[in-house]
Amino acid sequence: MFRTIAIRIVLGLLTLFAVSVLIFVSTEILPGDVASAVLGQGATPETLAVFRAELGLDRPAYTRYFEWFFKAIQGDFGVAMTNKRVIIETLEPRFLNTMFLAGYAALIAVPLSVGLGIVAAINEGKAVDKVANVLSLMTISVPEFFIAYILILFLAVQYDIFPSLSTVFADMSFTERLYVAALPAATLTMLVMAHMLRMTRTSVLSIMSQPYIEMAFLKGLSRSHVILRHALPNAAAPIISVVALNLAYLIVGVVVIEVVFVYPGVGQYMVDGVSKRDLPVVQACGLIFAGAFVGLNTIADVLAILVNPRLRNPR
Amino acid sequence: MTDTILKLDNLRVESLSGLVIVDNVSLELKRGEVLGLIGESGAGKSTIGLASMVYARAGCRITGGRVEIDGDSIRDLSADDRRKMRGQRIAYIAQSAAASFNPAHRLIDQVCEMPIEHGLMTAAEAKAWALELFRALDLPNPDTFGERYPHQVSGGQLQRAMAAMAMSCKPDILVLDEPTTALDVTTQIEVLALLKKLIRDYNMAALYITHDLAVVAQVADRIMVLRHGKMVELGATEQILLHPNQEYTAALVADRKASDKIAVEAPPEQAMPLLSVSSATGVYGTFKAVNNVTITVSRSETVAVVGESGSGKSSLARLIVGLLPRTAGDVKLNGKSLLSTLKGRDREDLRQIQLIYQQPDVALNPRQTIGEIIGRPVAFYFNRSPEEVKTRVAELLRQVGLPEDYAGRLSTALSGGQKQRVCIARALAAEPQIIICDEPTSALDQLVADDILKLLKRLQDDLGVGYLFITHDLGIVRRIAHRTAVMLRGEIIAQGPTAQIFSPPFHPYTENLLASVPEMRTDWLDEVLAKRSGAAA
Amino acid sequence: MRIFGYKPSLSAWIGILIIAIFLIIAIFADWIAPFPEEETVSATWDSPSADYLLGTDNIGRDMLSRLIFGARMTIGVALVTTILSFILGTVTGFLAAVGGQVIDQALSRLVDVMLSIPLLIFALIILSMFGSSIPTLIITIAVLDSTRVFRLSRAVAMNLVVMEYVEVARLRGEGLWWVMRREILPNALPPMISEFGLRFCFNFLFVAGLSFLGLGIQPPFADWGGMVRDNAKAISFGLPAPLWPAFAIAIMTVGVNLVVDWILSINSRPSGASAEM
Repeated sequence: MFRTIAIRIVLGLLTLFAVSVLIFVSTEILPGDVASAVLGQGATPETLAVFRAELGLDRPAYTRYFEWFFKAIQGDFGVAMTNKRVIIETLEPRFLNTMFLAGYAALIAVPLSVGLGIVAAINEGKAVDKVANVLSLMTISVPEFFIAYILILFLAVQYDIFPSLSTVFADMSFTERLYVAALPAATLTMLVMAHMLRMTRTSVLSIMSQPYIEMAFLKGLSRSHVILRHALPNAAAPIISVVALNLAYLIVGVVVIEVVFVYPGVGQYMVDGVSKRDLPVVQACGLIFAGAFVGLNTIADVLAILVNPRLRNPR
Repeated sequence: MTDTILKLDNLRVESLSGLVIVDNVSLELKRGEVLGLIGESGAGKSTIGLASMVYARAGCRITGGRVEIDGDSIRDLSADDRRKMRGQRIAYIAQSAAASFNPAHRLIDQVCEMPIEHGLMTAAEAKAWALELFRALDLPNPDTFGERYPHQVSGGQLQRAMAAMAMSCKPDILVLDEPTTALDVTTQIEVLALLKKLIRDYNMAALYITHDLAVVAQVADRIMVLRHGKMVELGATEQILLHPNQEYTAALVADRKASDKIAVEAPPEQAMPLLSVSSATGVYGTFKAVNNVTITVSRSETVAVVGESGSGKSSLARLIVGLLPRTAGDVKLNGKSLLSTLKGRDREDLRQIQLIYQQPDVALNPRQTIGEIIGRPVAFYFNRSPEEVKTRVAELLRQVGLPEDYAGRLSTALSGGQKQRVCIARALAAEPQIIICDEPTSALDQLVADDILKLLKRLQDDLGVGYLFITHDLGIVRRIAHRTAVMLRGEIIAQGPTAQIFSPPFHPYTENLLASVPEMRTDWLDEVLAKRSGAAA
Repeated sequence: MRIFGYKPSLSAWIGILIIAIFLIIAIFADWIAPFPEEETVSATWDSPSADYLLGTDNIGRDMLSRLIFGARMTIGVALVTTILSFILGTVTGFLAAVGGQVIDQALSRLVDVMLSIPLLIFALIILSMFGSSIPTLIITIAVLDSTRVFRLSRAVAMNLVVMEYVEVARLRGEGLWWVMRREILPNALPPMISEFGLRFCFNFLFVAGLSFLGLGIQPPFADWGGMVRDNAKAISFGLPAPLWPAFAIAIMTVGVNLVVDWILSINSRPSGASAEM
């Protein structure tokens, strides 16, 4: 089993490496490099050449890649092109802010949606299930900014309960942060909850149609016992992957939410970078997001291996 | 306390869409009595088994009738009381033990769970009783057997563990739903013997559900024959086997008996076989699925390849058609060596060898009409015009005994037997010299299978096609095979005219295989067991 | 009335109705809209009135007319993207399933890596290079989204390839193209149709999201995501202006989802949880 886990972790690292290549390739090697992107179409060939040399773009792609990659894994993402500030200095506090927001939302969303998903599944076809189904379908269907603006309109503008802009400062206390980030966290929660609930329900239902569940019922065991002891241990692995998938989804959802609430996180930084075509910033943020995404998936797979009885107890 | 332990009165089960699955079936079971429920698929026998525990699968509802256990009307009980009755008074043994055990828990925990949860025993008592049952069921290392997880033990052992689980509350009644069907013949006989002993030793009442008359004959006191959810006949086992009252029962019995004797003579060996496989070997990774196999098929000849699951008989078929590349040896068609892989074989070689599969459901594209399915090989190999294809399809349909207007239908609307006929027509459309039949009747009901065998036989007489017939069923071999090869672990261990294979001197494996096939008399199992214990002593 | 031989449920009918209305609005926008797309007709953020049923936007354009023209742009871009993504994803997915180990491994690994980067992040990276013209937007999203379609179509085709009727066709000597077109595609269609609905919803929300970030469809074209962005400030004055386009997006997605849910329910069966006990 440890071998399986080790292989999975190595695979995760390889993926991360491949992802970095892909990010680099999409920004540096595709036609129309950084220089022409920055200077625009009016630039003369001479100014382009000078600018390229300045950026080191005249060297072969692979040397530039390895230079970028090895610096990046040490935390050195270079300097932003627009304001010449060291990227990591801006990125670090923003990364912590984003993790705070994502963690905040996850802590509410995961227990709630997994719990409700299980409840909906074991009451398949009953009122609870139908209500959960309709509500989650609605939530999945609306864009994230719709939820955000509805919350702002009611909770911030009409009843002044929460602030509509979630500006956080370095010297804010933890409770203050919780208060300020309440609306974005609520929006994110609703966003991932719907997906997570539906997927949890589906995985529990597929376990519920296994013959060993029928057998458990035929053994005269009570419903709660069947679910707790026979269904859930087997549903653990699929539920873990559902949670991981949705946390990854949450990380991406952060981007839009941060922009709506003007929350100083990595997502906003990246969107800024994209609209200003600040490629080093975009690369850095892209790598951070992809890294978190790959990391989550790897952790989920390792957990799924750990809870699989067949792998835990080989023949 | 009455003598009758289980009573079903006018039981009716319907699907949610209103289809009647069980139609007014009544039965009575006395203490210590075994009642066999027999019928083809769709006869409603499993549904009756489950309904006697007042359980209906998703999509079904019990819509009428009474279920009494020891005089108590179970359907009138509260849901909670019904639940408590399950396992405690009536317990269930399912067909697939591998699917019925929870993969997440140790066997012993699953066996002991019932008496503990029902509050009948303490954990220690339950465990002691479970170990006693493991011993009674002849499980290896009974004291530690339960520590294992379901995926760590073999199918036969798992089936026995399930019997132990059913017995854990010392119920009054057992419902056994095809408990040996998923097992190989040699394993089946062990499990069957142990189940019989268990039922006898603990004086259980049991409903024994199966499709195999010979199996049920060994354990049941009485037999109920079911068809389309209705009772056809109910009688003592001897009476059903020897003097069936109903035509349907008589047909079942006669058909089953037909497989007990050899039906065809081996023709003289021909100098120039159509298909000859010589010393062929094929591997999956490092596993030799086919090992040094030599076999020939001549014109108008049926060669059976028998063996248990995993013996490599289907791999041999794949090797011949080129789906499993051979690593050594040769496959010749009409004296011409065939390429090792499918890729590169010319159309004529492909045409000459056709395949018929076990599962006609997945062998026919559900989105194509019968006409398209059968017509394609005609158009593909013989370049016929659409008009000619149409005439040929009609001719082929007639040949396999299907109405011509079936050409416009989708295969999904057909029954299993009809689907297999379409598969045969498709194979014939290529006008092949050799047809490889891979368990073509295993997925079919007994009487339907019989018709398919007759059809294959007739086609051989008409067309002179040679069959390589792969099967695990020795009864079929006796009925249709001119020559027989017995496979074990990828090798052919015995080969020759069928009559010779089925008479002494035997290869020890063949003898064991032969002795394990249940025969149509009630004393067969006891006789075999007596013989075995005699040999062991 | 029946569709594909099945009777739609009430919720499915609602979904079909919503989709039909929105499509009609999108196609006949020029005739339906009371005002032109880009004309300033009144003051900023007028309240709804008889002239301007939903009020006006941040530079005084009629909100309803903008919504109607926005339907064409937003739905159109999402639809074209989804169709492109499906063609690309299905062809590569089937190819991976029937084309042998080498092709499968190469395509699958590439897709694995692409899927390891969240779609939005990947799209942002590419758009930062090329800027967001409508063709770039469509091609970028279609290529990225096709990785999801690839996953599904490959899985579906893999399940079909092991079917014996496909083996029969191969043993007969049929070519790859015939096998894909005649044996696999017809059987892969039902799951792919519901996936098309889901992917459309996803792309639709995705385009709207990008436009909302200012990185999608660019002004002066009206599109729902961009309209939310343009009117976002109104919310702090307690005005519902940005909610109208957001609401339109929501209704459209709900409609498609209702239909998809119905299609999915046709093939699903009750689980053991609903047995009678």
